[in-house]
Amino acid sequence: MYVAVKGGETAIRNAHRLLAKKRRGDPAVPALTVEQILEQLTLAVDRVMTEGSLYDRRLAALAIKQARGDLIEAIFLLRAYRTTLPRFGASLPIDTSRMLIARRISAAFKDLPGGQLLGPTFDYTHRLLEPDLDPDGDAPVPEEGPEADTAAAVPRVTDLLGDDGLIEPDGFEDTAAPIGDLTREPLSFPADRDLRLQALARGDEGFLLALGYSTQRGYARTHPFAGEIRMGEVDVEIEIAELDFPVPIGRITVTECQMVNQFKGSASAPPQFTRGYGLVFGHAERKAMAMALCDRALRARDLGEEATAPAQDEEFVLSHLDNVQATGFVEHLKLPHYVDFQAELELLRRLRAEHDAAAKAASVDKEAAE
Amino acid sequence: MTEAGSDGTPRRPTGSTYNFAYLDEQTKRMIRRAILKAVAIPGYQVPFASREMPMPYGWGTGGVQLTASVLGPDDILKVIDQGADDTTNAVAIRGFFAKTANVKTTTRTDEATVIQTRHRIPETPLREDQILVYQVPIPEPLRFLEPRETETRTMHALEEYGLIHVKLYEDIAHHGHIATTYAYPVKVAERYVMDPSPIPKFDNPKMDDCPALQLFGAGREKRIYAIPPYTSVVSLDFEDHPFEVQKFREPCALCGGTGVYLDEIILDDSGGRMFVCSDTDYCEERRNAGHVGTPGELPSGSVA
Repeated sequence: MYVAVKGGETAIRNAHRLLAKKRRGDPAVPALTVEQILEQLTLAVDRVMTEGSLYDRRLAALAIKQARGDLIEAIFLLRAYRTTLPRFGASLPIDTSRMLIARRISAAFKDLPGGQLLGPTFDYTHRLLEPDLDPDGDAPVPEEGPEADTAAAVPRVTDLLGDDGLIEPDGFEDTAAPIGDLTREPLSFPADRDLRLQALARGDEGFLLALGYSTQRGYARTHPFAGEIRMGEVDVEIEIAELDFPVPIGRITVTECQMVNQFKGSASAPPQFTRGYGLVFGHAERKAMAMALCDRALRARDLGEEATAPAQDEEFVLSHLDNVQATGFVEHLKLPHYVDFQAELELLRRLRAEHDAAAKAASVDKEAAE
Repeated sequence: MTEAGSDGTPRRPTGSTYNFAYLDEQTKRMIRRAILKAVAIPGYQVPFASREMPMPYGWGTGGVQLTASVLGPDDILKVIDQGADDTTNAVAIRGFFAKTANVKTTTRTDEATVIQTRHRIPETPLREDQILVYQVPIPEPLRFLEPRETETRTMHALEEYGLIHVKLYEDIAHHGHIATTYAYPVKVAERYVMDPSPIPKFDNPKMDDCPALQLFGAGREKRIYAIPPYTSVVSLDFEDHPFEVQKFREPCALCGGTGVYLDEIILDDSGGRMFVCSDTDYCEERRNAGHVGTPGELPSGSVA
């Protein structure tokens, strides 16, 4: 006789024990330290911080270790922790024109004030596997060259263009207006650009990459130029009520991408370049660029362009870019659905019985006619 | 299982770094406000600032946030999934509240004050002193007819429900029946069309005029809605095609219960199957009271 399955509790406990064992791998191999992840898997740490919406390198590294290297799982861990943190207040907008530059390139100008600084980049490397890195044969650490002259001011390309009135203004003159926060208020449509940018910054890198790519292939073509990509450290400052000057509370590394896009002008606006903006924690150029492409595509409505492509569809993009939401709902299909499946089975059997009866009746009629 | 605090004040479970029932009090207050609005406008989907919970979206985060917001230290919690207390996700959620709220848990429907459910309404009739919390994946009954939230909100505002009737009519034209078997749309208090969550339509009549408060939470979609006690809930239908629930030809093989929703259990690979109550507590109570079922449709030669 069938007995209803009991023991879900024990099964879950055992599954989690097995998971812990698998995470550790062969105990003869030294355990991976959070320090090692922090120092050597820095780009994974950066992605987890960005999409986890929390700038904490150590916690991101811990999450990566705990998630066995599954970055979406690590992002989820960081987000769930972030929810429990109290809010002390909002910082002032960071000023990327005062960034301590580690990398800065422009694809729009050959040379410009502040110069082009390649910094640490995969660009122009030959993608050949380096057997020297395995086993443990660390390639020799290159010697450091002379320090770049970082003291010099490095104006943003968009500011240079803006001085000539060739690019639209930033659109955020009203800094006193409260900035939306979709983690505190439910998102409603149409959403303003502050909320769109927040959603894009938290959005899945792969999803935004594909959408940004689609705009380059003709689905909402925006004629982008990488006006500037810069990466480096910026101060985070807050205002304290008793003091009449802002107080720096720390420094974060960010990557900023300013896309410059063609625009023919409309009834209300002269022909000028328009902006697409991307900003992410750490060093994550691919994400910053994809974000900038998507930001510009989503501005179709503001600029009076006809929205025809998925990347321009605000509700479509903003409702599906969050990988923690997406993975949860896709993977929930693993949960039991016996009850609904039973309901469908019952209906299908009934429809089949009616179908068979009708077919039989039809063949009897046909025989009678013959 | 531990006893709740006798002094009636929320308290931190020992060794926990989290607030009572996990959510901070600010968040609970925000959710309670949304609940009040939902109760005031039966069937209306209230947007709320859903938090990122330590379990995945789509696995009951909406229900968990509702439960966390209505739970007090003296409550007794029951969690079911597919009608059963021992399905893995029900076990995980019950464990979550046992740990973070230190509340007493139960599998008995008549003993519980708060019942969180996924996909079923218990067979035992609910009472005024109980709250039923549903986990909802897609709160919008019009979603598969119109994917845009901006459109569906307008349709609700204008009470423009023609589209959903057309869908039901097309079912009849194609199949001779309304081919919706679960998440069957209802009209609440003669105003809003509401998704009852993916419960089988078998359970729909239990929502009507129910003495218990029914709360619905969709975490990923950030919506809360409610059916206050003793509210009319009508399943959509046509005069010549009235709403009907599933009927099972045989009683439960374990407890002999009839007029209840059954799960089909496959016994072997030669067509052997049996039907048993999907509500495990109901089935167990009946068996404890001495009811016995008849063996299922076992193929000849197999051992019962």
